[in-house]
Amino acid sequence: MYDRLMNRIQELDSRSVALVGSGGAGVVTVGNLLLEAAAADGSYGLMRRSAGPQIRGGESAALLRFADMPVECAGDYYHLVIAFDWRHAERFIDEIPLAASSCVLHDPAGGDVPEPIVQSGARLIPVEMQTQAKEIEYGRANMIALGLVSSITGLKLETISKTVSRSLSTKGENVVAGACACIERGAKMGRSLDIELPMPIAQGGTEDRWTITGNQACGLGALKGGVRFVAGYPITPASEMLEWLAPRLARTGGCLIQAEDELASVNMILGASYGGVPAMTVTSGPGMALMTEGIGLAVASETPIVVIDVMRGGPSTGIPTKSEQTDLNIALYGMHGEAPHVVVAPVSIPDSVFTLQWAVNLAESLQTAVIVLSDQLLAQSRVIVNRPPDIGFITRRVTAQAGVENYRRYALTADGVSAMAIPGTIDMSYTADGLEHDERGTPSTGSRDHLQQLEKRAGKLIGFDYGDHWADVEGDGTIAVVTWGSCTGAVKEAIRRAGEQGVPVRLIALRLLAPLCTQQLNQALEGVRRVLVVEQTFSRQFYHYLRSQVDLPKFTESLARPGPSPLSPGEITAMLLVGEA
Amino acid sequence: MNPLPGKSQPKDYKSDVKPVWCPGCGDFGVLNAITKALASLRLPPEQVALISGIGCSSRVPAYTNVYGFHGIHGRALALGAGLKAARPDLHVVVAGGDGDGFSIGGNHFLHACRRNMDMTYIVMDNEVYGMTKGQASPTTAPDWTESELTPSGTHARPFQPAAIALAAGATFIARAFSGKPNLLAQMMVLAMQHPGFAFIQVLSPCPTFRPEQKEWKNIVRPFAVDALPTSDPALAALHCQRDDGMSTGVIYVEARPVWRRSNMQEIAIEDIEQEFRL
Repeated sequence: MYDRLMNRIQELDSRSVALVGSGGAGVVTVGNLLLEAAAADGSYGLMRRSAGPQIRGGESAALLRFADMPVECAGDYYHLVIAFDWRHAERFIDEIPLAASSCVLHDPAGGDVPEPIVQSGARLIPVEMQTQAKEIEYGRANMIALGLVSSITGLKLETISKTVSRSLSTKGENVVAGACACIERGAKMGRSLDIELPMPIAQGGTEDRWTITGNQACGLGALKGGVRFVAGYPITPASEMLEWLAPRLARTGGCLIQAEDELASVNMILGASYGGVPAMTVTSGPGMALMTEGIGLAVASETPIVVIDVMRGGPSTGIPTKSEQTDLNIALYGMHGEAPHVVVAPVSIPDSVFTLQWAVNLAESLQTAVIVLSDQLLAQSRVIVNRPPDIGFITRRVTAQAGVENYRRYALTADGVSAMAIPGTIDMSYTADGLEHDERGTPSTGSRDHLQQLEKRAGKLIGFDYGDHWADVEGDGTIAVVTWGSCTGAVKEAIRRAGEQGVPVRLIALRLLAPLCTQQLNQALEGVRRVLVVEQTFSRQFYHYLRSQVDLPKFTESLARPGPSPLSPGEITAMLLVGEA
Repeated sequence: MNPLPGKSQPKDYKSDVKPVWCPGCGDFGVLNAITKALASLRLPPEQVALISGIGCSSRVPAYTNVYGFHGIHGRALALGAGLKAARPDLHVVVAGGDGDGFSIGGNHFLHACRRNMDMTYIVMDNEVYGMTKGQASPTTAPDWTESELTPSGTHARPFQPAAIALAAGATFIARAFSGKPNLLAQMMVLAMQHPGFAFIQVLSPCPTFRPEQKEWKNIVRPFAVDALPTSDPALAALHCQRDDGMSTGVIYVEARPVWRRSNMQEIAIEDIEQEFRL
């Protein structure tokens, strides 16, 4: 049944290209150049990275997909694979699904083609890339590959040469000349292969298009949201965001500190925010675990902070280089005691800009901790997209002005938010505290103070108007998919394909995970008889969370899989169509 | 009217919150010294932030009328570093105990010394965990057997705050005694005036769990060497190692560039966005 449905589901008009080889073979370099050249020719695209833990010599793959519209996920299979070698192929082969129509160009010098690739029925074509590159001064096999792909996909050689010259300019004229000669050689070899996979070209000019990674998009959103202090400790796959932010904070009147550990990171941003400066830290699962006590302090002391967790495979050190959505539970429930806070997640790479701006806005307005869940798939993928919309938030913390008599930092107010005196404000000093306290901030163990402050901290989040940003809700019909984060791209494509098969499906992609907007979610689910919950976890964390908060229809299914293979739009479509068409 | 900003009386820097400390606790003397030092420097209270972690001594911020943050156990230095980096205009003083600073917060102590931010760190050292009722701390002697948690002692060599601060790169290192609040206040003034990370280990007796420390007032004495304070780390190390830990005074002062945020030419966010255009 499932296979029959899969056969009916047509891919979008897209081209998927996988480049694989040992670390150091330059597959990511070629991937980036290919993405840039295709973008210059008018295509939209996405490049995902899959890498092993080794810095050099490990396996590495650049996984690209091009279309005439923005690409938000990997396709069902790869049309073209170029393999320099097959070292550690078993570690990434599952991430490169093939069809009988796929072409695999492999360098015979790189070893035998692994059995699963042979079994796929794909066309196997040996192409000598290393030998050819050796004949050219400053030649490299990866540039031969770039030539091969450009001729097969019909990219303009002129664009490729221009992109390569610009990108390699710092490496010297000889390197550029060698690369260009390799590209020409590869293109010639490609023309003789009789494979045609023309690149889909989008209409319209490219002036308003961006190329950006998820890590950069989060960083930009934070800057636009007003973050001017960041402390962080290096961790895969989040370090690139810290590296992007460091010089840019210094150029926007802010500051970044490389802390001694994640315990320091979260406490440093608490200190900065206490001083009145919007502050953020960036980490991944293991760092998130270390930060939970500090996040609890932000909640108790009502100090605004933003914590980005770029999720990777867990538990423990897990799979640092590959994606998963399994930090949902720690983000929702990780704190000891009862510590109401906000959890948000971008639904796409360009949406990371908006979601971070919103996260800063929520932290500052609500004087609490906001956890942002990104993941390796979003963070380390690079996309060609339309410039994200410029949304301006007026982020302003409620601060106490000098001269208030009998100032109470934690005063009980109608909306639960109380004015925060910023150091420097005359005669308004107070002591922020992680100990339970009374309205003044004086430590208290009394049940009345505890209850009042618990109600204050919970109430300010529940009563807040989150507007339409709580989720992306699209489409109608009596079937709905509820999803979040990086799964959203594949779900959106699946819904489009189901629609083409005459099965309309609603999308509910949550951006605000906590507090869950149950009323809005129930409204969005009105008239829905069947729900599919899609996530990238093993234990169905999101499904169980929704079940605990909302009365979902009886006919509710879960599609959950742990990392690192992302869910494909085809398998989601197939699941949607079962029994429907 | 004050000719200078700030207040002239130590009491002007005290709050009306009553300390939780036991009668005879050395921390009263440290609180007095802090307020004396602030009054002597005439620092406006709103320009001072007193940051702490968890423990008896870490309760100190609420007993003053400067801005305070009573954070979590061991992280006071990180909290203070973030505040100072974000608000270089403020005078940041971090205070706490030996457990908070040298055990759970030991890593932050090392890196705060290395980083040399312009801030003052006061550790009230009583060689015991008071808040949790009398367990051995990193500075407790290895053969101290009064805790049920370590009935045969810790068998661990006591942490040597001054020597470790020196090795880690603190640029102002001193030891003082809470029973001499005037001397301590003078030392705090020097520390607060020092450009860089200034560390004061204050011997501050715990009459409840270490009653024998009541004798400290008869044991502590100034360093009996003219060579101190020195800017020679080898000499400072020598005197730290030779000492029994009960000599007081400024040990080491070094002029080293203070941590500062990198100053780069400012640009608008719209200009940063240009890098994403095709």
